[in-house]
Amino acid sequence: MSELLILPIILPLIGGAAAVVVRKSVRRSFRLAFTGAALHTIAGSLLICQVHIDGIFATQIGNWPAPFGITLVADHLSAAMVMITAVINLAVTFYSKADIGIDLVRRGHYCLLQILAGGICGAFLTGDIFNLYVWFEVMLMASFGLLVLGQSKTQLDGGVKYVTINLLSTLLFIIAIGLLYGLTGTLNMAALYQKIPLVANRGLLTALAVLFLTAFGIKAAIFPLFFWLPAAYHTPPVSVSAIFAGLLTKVGIYALIRFFTLVFAIDTAYLHFLLLAMAALTMITGVLGAAAQNEFRRILSFHIISQVGYMVLGLALQTRLALAGTVFYLIHHIIVKANLFLVSGVVRQLQGTFELARLGGIYRSNGWIAALFFIPAFSLAGFPPLSGFWAKMILIRASLDIHQYWLAFIAAAVGLLTVYSMTKIWGEVFWKPAPEANQLTDRVTARSISVWMLAPVTALTVLTIIIGLGAELVFKFALQAAEELSHPALYVRAVMGN
Amino acid sequence: MQTMCAVLAGIMVAGSIYLILDRNLIRFIFGLILAGNAVNLLIFTAGRLESRRPPLIPDKMTMGQELFANALPQALILTAIVIGFALLSFVFILFYRAYQALGTVDTELMRVAEDDGDDYRPESGPAGGRPV
Repeated sequence: MSELLILPIILPLIGGAAAVVVRKSVRRSFRLAFTGAALHTIAGSLLICQVHIDGIFATQIGNWPAPFGITLVADHLSAAMVMITAVINLAVTFYSKADIGIDLVRRGHYCLLQILAGGICGAFLTGDIFNLYVWFEVMLMASFGLLVLGQSKTQLDGGVKYVTINLLSTLLFIIAIGLLYGLTGTLNMAALYQKIPLVANRGLLTALAVLFLTAFGIKAAIFPLFFWLPAAYHTPPVSVSAIFAGLLTKVGIYALIRFFTLVFAIDTAYLHFLLLAMAALTMITGVLGAAAQNEFRRILSFHIISQVGYMVLGLALQTRLALAGTVFYLIHHIIVKANLFLVSGVVRQLQGTFELARLGGIYRSNGWIAALFFIPAFSLAGFPPLSGFWAKMILIRASLDIHQYWLAFIAAAVGLLTVYSMTKIWGEVFWKPAPEANQLTDRVTARSISVWMLAPVTALTVLTIIIGLGAELVFKFALQAAEELSHPALYVRAVMGN
Repeated sequence: MQTMCAVLAGIMVAGSIYLILDRNLIRFIFGLILAGNAVNLLIFTAGRLESRRPPLIPDKMTMGQELFANALPQALILTAIVIGFALLSFVFILFYRAYQALGTVDTELMRVAEDDGDDYRPESGPAGGRPV
């Protein structure tokens, strides 16, 4: 049983190591990456089944008993995140076949992609804060590599900003870890849950909570720490920005959820208000920033920020329903967001640019692709019966339940503004006739789209529809995850074994 | 000793912040190195300093007899140093490549990724060379 916890981490890491060896052969690189991603998905499915049947389970690496060694833990939330990481990894690997050229494969695109997936899964499964730091670093190194692999000017420019801010965030993270260890004498999250109420110095504890909030806030791109994201996410190849957009900020959100439901599950009225205000401001700035943009991927980048606000909102409200809303939102958002980035790559393939002003007429020339954009875009904006509608509805309902009317209003209004951005892309890219200038650049455009690109986009779109139509099942799953999050004792029992 | 180390770490962090806030990337790197060392010192100090009693357990016993030095912070620092070294090497190369490509180390002048999209260079096909 404990293998299930190790496999989703070790499989991509082995795949990544093997990919270094075979990277000169493009065909073998792809086959290896594809096999790795498929096995990763199988491991993720087994893990999620196991957790759903038996509840939270943990394993102690090297048989060191719980508070001393490194613990790997899977509850509903982390199992769902691992599963979805594997799905996105598979989709992006598929897409890379058409999107990534020989040079980048030889420089190690697939190798870094798999290490990134392994690092993300490690962060989701670990039950130890220092180990979390190590997985963050694994993930960061791989993402640094992927971001600048093409070495174009824009990539290096975006890369500098992304790298510097992320290094600062990890420094804050490790400062907070060191001080927390000094206060409590443990690094195990379950043991921290038991020890933190005994700490006498409450002031320092609050300061540490804010340090963690800042460190993870930078990763998750919440207000006012988001500026690096729209500066970097539109620069790498499309498949890379899709996996970044889908997963990286969500690791920050996951860490925030873990810390503020388990480690700092204490009376934090001050933090509570801070989180609520940050959530509201994140939603608003993200959506307004998007309204000002005129480049396909930069609009989508700003929307990541506004969507992250919704997830923080659910965490800040702290009720069971709100946490379930956050989990639902995470599942829905990762799929939809990665898919929208992939669609932007399809559009670029057709017309050679991401600039809205220079795009047009795709509804007429490729109606199928317009449909593949329409469904995730309006799911993002929250149209029933698509997945985003249910996610937003649960969160708004949760805010109304505890009489946070202004938050419910902001969440609904931001949903409406999202429609504005999505209709802008729809109108510019798909609906309006193709601009005259496009005729001149006919030679760079592709007439047909590779099946390697269409297959993952279609699969993710179908998944969005399934989540929308089968919302009750997903909601039940999310409620169970929220149940575990709001009762940390279950987690502690699974880890400490008593 | 503990107080001195704590104050020293504070001074180092202050210095590193001053350097990190500079627009020049070279100074940023120096700030980063300083901050990394300050953090290591901080972890070391937060784990309590003890120079007289080594973390050794006497023969035929399962626990130390009295309070002894904690070895874990040193293990943490070791990990942090290794990771920090890897990151630093990467950052050096990245900044050097960025300097070659963009011709500047002033972050204010690095506006390529966030321009207004005026220079239109249509391109399709896979990123990075010929299709597979």
